[in-house]
Amino acid sequence: MENLLWLIPALPLAGFLILATLAVVGAGKKITALVGAGSICLSALVTLVVGADFLGAAHESGTYSQTLWTWLEVAGLSIKMTLTLDALSLVFIFVITFIGALIHIYSAGFMEEDRDYTRFFASMNLFVFSMLILVLADNLLLMYLGWEGVGLCSYLLIGFWYEKPENGYAARKAFTMTRVGDTAMAIALFMLFYQSGTLVIGEISTAAPGIWTPNSTTVTCIALLLLAGGLGKSAQLPLQTWLPDAMAGPSPVSALIHAATMVTAGVYLIARMHVVFGLSEVAQTVVAVIGAVTLLLAGLTALTQHDIKRVLAYSTISQIGYMFLALGVGAWTAAVFHFMVHAFFKALLFLAAGAIIEALHHEHSMFKMGGLKDKMPVIFWTFMAGAISLAALPLISSGFYSKDQILWYAWGAEGGSPLLWAVALLGAFITAIYTARMVILTFWGEAKTEISHYPGKRMTIPLVVLAFFSVFAGFIELPHNFGHFTLFSDLLHGVMPETALRVDVSSEWIFQLLAAAATLGGIGLAYFYYYKQPQRLENLRQDMVLSALHEFWFSGWGFDKLYNVVFVRPFLAIAKLNKADVIDQLYTGIVAGTDGLYRLVARTQSGSLRWYIMGMVIGAILILGIQMML
Amino acid sequence: MILVLLIVILMAGGILALIGGKWSHSFPRGVALASCTVAFLMMLSLWLGRYKGFNIDADSNWLIEYHKEWIPSFGISFHLAVDGLSLLLLVLTCFIGILAVLCSWEEIRERTGFYYFNLLWILAGVAGVFMAMDLFLFYFFWEVMLIPMYFLIGIWGSENRVYASYKFFIFTQASGLLMFLAILGLYFVHGNNTGFYTFNYFELINTEMPPQTAIWLMMGFMIAFAVKLPVIPFHTWLPDAHGEAPTAGSLILAGLLLKTGAYGMLRFVIPIFPGAAAEIALPAMALGVAGILYGAVMAYSQTDLKRLVAFTSVSHMGFVIVGIFAFNELALQGVVMQLVTHAISTGALFIMAGMIKERLHTRDLGQMGGLWTQMPRMGALGIVFAMASLGLPGLGSFIAEFLILLGTFNAQVWITVIAASGLVLSAVYSLRIVQKIFLGPPRGQLAADLSGREMMIMAALTISIVWLGLFPQPIINTARPAIVQLVQMLEPGNSLQSHQSYVK
Repeated sequence: MENLLWLIPALPLAGFLILATLAVVGAGKKITALVGAGSICLSALVTLVVGADFLGAAHESGTYSQTLWTWLEVAGLSIKMTLTLDALSLVFIFVITFIGALIHIYSAGFMEEDRDYTRFFASMNLFVFSMLILVLADNLLLMYLGWEGVGLCSYLLIGFWYEKPENGYAARKAFTMTRVGDTAMAIALFMLFYQSGTLVIGEISTAAPGIWTPNSTTVTCIALLLLAGGLGKSAQLPLQTWLPDAMAGPSPVSALIHAATMVTAGVYLIARMHVVFGLSEVAQTVVAVIGAVTLLLAGLTALTQHDIKRVLAYSTISQIGYMFLALGVGAWTAAVFHFMVHAFFKALLFLAAGAIIEALHHEHSMFKMGGLKDKMPVIFWTFMAGAISLAALPLISSGFYSKDQILWYAWGAEGGSPLLWAVALLGAFITAIYTARMVILTFWGEAKTEISHYPGKRMTIPLVVLAFFSVFAGFIELPHNFGHFTLFSDLLHGVMPETALRVDVSSEWIFQLLAAAATLGGIGLAYFYYYKQPQRLENLRQDMVLSALHEFWFSGWGFDKLYNVVFVRPFLAIAKLNKADVIDQLYTGIVAGTDGLYRLVARTQSGSLRWYIMGMVIGAILILGIQMML
Repeated sequence: MILVLLIVILMAGGILALIGGKWSHSFPRGVALASCTVAFLMMLSLWLGRYKGFNIDADSNWLIEYHKEWIPSFGISFHLAVDGLSLLLLVLTCFIGILAVLCSWEEIRERTGFYYFNLLWILAGVAGVFMAMDLFLFYFFWEVMLIPMYFLIGIWGSENRVYASYKFFIFTQASGLLMFLAILGLYFVHGNNTGFYTFNYFELINTEMPPQTAIWLMMGFMIAFAVKLPVIPFHTWLPDAHGEAPTAGSLILAGLLLKTGAYGMLRFVIPIFPGAAAEIALPAMALGVAGILYGAVMAYSQTDLKRLVAFTSVSHMGFVIVGIFAFNELALQGVVMQLVTHAISTGALFIMAGMIKERLHTRDLGQMGGLWTQMPRMGALGIVFAMASLGLPGLGSFIAEFLILLGTFNAQVWITVIAASGLVLSAVYSLRIVQKIFLGPPRGQLAADLSGREMMIMAALTISIVWLGLFPQPIINTARPAIVQLVQMLEPGNSLQSHQSYVK
């Protein structure tokens, strides 16, 4: 049954092609929904079958490959259309197809009223196809195809409501900024090809230790260029500014692309190329530091946002920061584990937020929500399931198990350090604050906006399913001192090495206690300021320094402004200045010069006899004069 | 004989259209479509028939040859031959020819006879350029494609057509003259050396000359080809010519005429002057990179849709010159790929600009916007070709640019890095095209979506660009013998060896 692997991406592709045809022919919404959601559901079923078969077969190499055709063969470069399944890609395709299917079902209800229903599902199906190619590719060029393909779909879906120019701007911003990373990644591909003679990931990984001495400049350079690609797609510092604006797209898009799957492509890339990264301490440190800084910056920004989707967007950047931190300290499986758990709870939060926004006349501001606890109980309880996981409420949420692991490794893993751990702990504290703030503002207090209509079954059932996973998915991986159940990391250890520790595991419980304290403290703080004593918050707002800081954080640390001044405006200025093409002026200059000369000479041909005689006389005098002088 | 037949069909079709046009308005387009289709099928069957035969081991990479004395006293002959590279470009020529006729179908209503005469003679000239193996004959065809194009722009162009046609003519003619002088120079150098005066390419290819002479003669060729390609700073005729030409004119300019410049470099500059070409490799690549970036920034700043697309051509052709002077198989295969895919993707954008102009009567981007609402089909296709223009993997252009950059990386790392930054800029201008035309608030213009004929044209282009992106191997295999031989010529110590390779 493993040989059905090709079907997993082929089904969404078929869905896309059918929907594209339907868009031309014109079709009813029922058929569109059936094809659009059905293709992904089928793909998820095939994933189950193939996955079960793969795990049962227990391949010696830990991988199963399927070659479809030879894509490109030129002078030593041979690229095949080959799909490879191993434990890492299995986790990813599972998340992509399952969460994808749930989001598609939800969308069938959510987008019901939209004129461009077919276009929406066509783009979503194309996205799922590209994302599956990205994670199933056996070589880097095929991965690059998926990599840029998801970028295209992200562009199409951010700008889905195209009539608003600002949506188009957000879409172009996302595409362009990720392209910066993609270009760096392309250069990494060139280097890898000339260094190792292949672009097949498995071959590179096997050969890497023989090609590069650890910490050589070349391997560091390659790793950093790959990292740049990952930073763009995963919205990490300094290429993070596109993600908050990407919230212009419909909420299911934010859930699928900008929370669960595409934005974690960077995590996948680094995990996939862990052998190369492992050879460069510098690159690893950079990954960890970028992750740590990003998680802190984005967390603080999330604290100040009003728009519920922007809070979630910054929270996504921050949570991916945790994954990068984990990758950087060498805790490979911890990063992938957090990816999976995060995919469940963040998709859930976005979908629930979308349902709220739709119910409240497209109101995005949390300060205009409130009191939804009793009015929308299903949304409330499912949102709570996601929120406790995001805040990492101890013991009862998945997020606790996945994040606790990262916190512990930030201290205890070979690449870890007290500073990284401290930052991560502070981040956990902030996460708890902004999560609690979001929940309190949205669901407690008095209702500020009327509810126009309630979400239907197609929307609530996916929420309930996701809520179940958000709470319980974490229990497949429990800490050393707490059951020590390692189903998830055992699965991945065939692909990625175990995390090397620099300290003894016996101290882990101290870190768990501290992490739990940070979470509870954060929730308590938010409870105090936003629920118990909101007037105290008002007093804080009066403070000049604090409000300036608030303003600065609110703007996302001024990155947009900075990039505008440094890149966008100079580019626009040059483009505008040179619109007429300065090089062409050179040629017009020649033309004008010739033209002027002609006019000058033409004036002498006046038809007046006096001038001609005068000219002849002057000429004669000149010639005689010259002769005399000589 | 099939090679002569190709030219005869196109030229005779042109004359027939000219004569028939006196009586019937629609007869010429029928004739033109018929002769292009026959020519296309002929070339396609030649390609498919020979497809198995493209391997490097064969002692000759020339497939067919036709050789007749023309003016024996001057050593001029009517000498045509094709290898894989020429054959690909010939198939492309006929393909673009069919599309050019189809997209003129409704647009051209005046003097149709003369119009299709010019169209077919341009195609004949281009086909001749891709086949001529006698330098005199080559120059003859070079002129044949120039003069009808001058008429095409000057008569059927838009408002500023006269200026544009003059500019086009002077740029190409002046640079063509330099090439002619270089051809004569080569003729005499070879004659003085051997006592045997000939314009035969296979003889001239082995001409021995001092490096200084080689540089000068090569520059004569190089400038003519650089103007055609175009390489900055010789590009300024292009936006005017593209902007003012009728749709088919822009399509042929972008799809075929620019390619003759690249073909000239591959066929003449490198084989005849390998040493001199190696000398100028770095400056040429630098100009190519400058073209990539300059063209991209210029494209972004344009408000006239056709001028915008013209500048994207400057940017894309920058990749071509970078790839040619990287002198390795990867990059050169990328160049061949780029020639084909650029013809398709940019051709499609020009055709789209023409279709929009037929509906809105403007090329001004400021007056477009929100067209998606009324024209979702064109919008979707517009996105496909904007993506092709920015090199999205899965479409042919990606293969081309990836191979060029990969090959160049081996030759010049920093040139590659700067050229790669063009990928970001191409995203910036391509997405601007989509935004300005199709997205944003609808402006209430009335515009019908694509008709059946238009869908047919765009479908052919879309299928081609996707096919090239997913199955590029047939193109690569076909060009391989010619490219491998080219690379061998460039290997040090190899440059003056005989490369005679006649048809068996």
